[in-house]
Amino acid sequence: MQIHLNGSPKTITDSTTVAMLLHELGVPSTSVVVELNKTIIQPDCYATTSFQDNDQMELIRFVGGG
Amino acid sequence: MEKEPYLKELYARNPPGSLDKLQDKVVGIAGAGGLGSNIAVSLLRAGVQRFVIADDDRVEISNLNRQYYFLDQVGMEKTAALQQNLLRINPHVQATLHCTRVTADNLTELFSEADLLIEAFDAPEMKALAAHCWTRDFPDRFLIMGSGISGYGMNNSLSTTVRGRMVICGDQQTPYSTENGLTAPRLGIVAQMQANAALEILLDGKISY
Repeated sequence: MQIHLNGSPKTITDSTTVAMLLHELGVPSTSVVVELNKTIIQPDCYATTSFQDNDQMELIRFVGGG
Repeated sequence: MEKEPYLKELYARNPPGSLDKLQDKVVGIAGAGGLGSNIAVSLLRAGVQRFVIADDDRVEISNLNRQYYFLDQVGMEKTAALQQNLLRINPHVQATLHCTRVTADNLTELFSEADLLIEAFDAPEMKALAAHCWTRDFPDRFLIMGSGISGYGMNNSLSTTVRGRMVICGDQQTPYSTENGLTAPRLGIVAQMQANAALEILLDGKISY
């Protein structure tokens, strides 16, 4: 299936979860916010949240310094 | 000087009517380092008079290159030092101080009375934690974050992104590293962007971008 990741098309397998996708992208899951169709997914749901065709996912990565 | 005439004169150059609108507003500031200390002072000068501030650090000499503290405050709890500095500008400011480490378990309780939260942490994991806790527990209240503040120059790489009630200021790219360093000018711009966004939300209930 195809989803949109930060506005760009991305092909994933049907059973992919948010956790799996973050792992595939090499993104540290503790320093990001995942928005799926404009709803923020809580980290404890990453492993159980999968995708529907055409889902819009936004990955917001935070960087250190404050 | 008595309270009312002092406040009237202190805030004489602020936009007309803004003091009334800000009168009962409470701003939460999570982290009182480079971002948080500068944001608190700026918002106080803009007319915000009620704060909730949390940080568990003490002032160090290496903070003085960018944080709103002074040499005679080295060793003090940052929350107490910041309150001292706020009081030097407006002796009527009300600041609730929490000299404690913010965690997923206490963030909601610490800042429950805040009309909006300003995220001013250092670590990216804490920034993400603030985003998750705040948007889950207070979905109607704004969260104003800073991300990507290190280095110097590159003015035009700094911007504001609005995602629902989450506002992110900074370049969202440049992580802190020893090589990049942290400088007062670039960090200060982002702090002021966060303060400016907060002010607009407090006065107008929305943010333009």
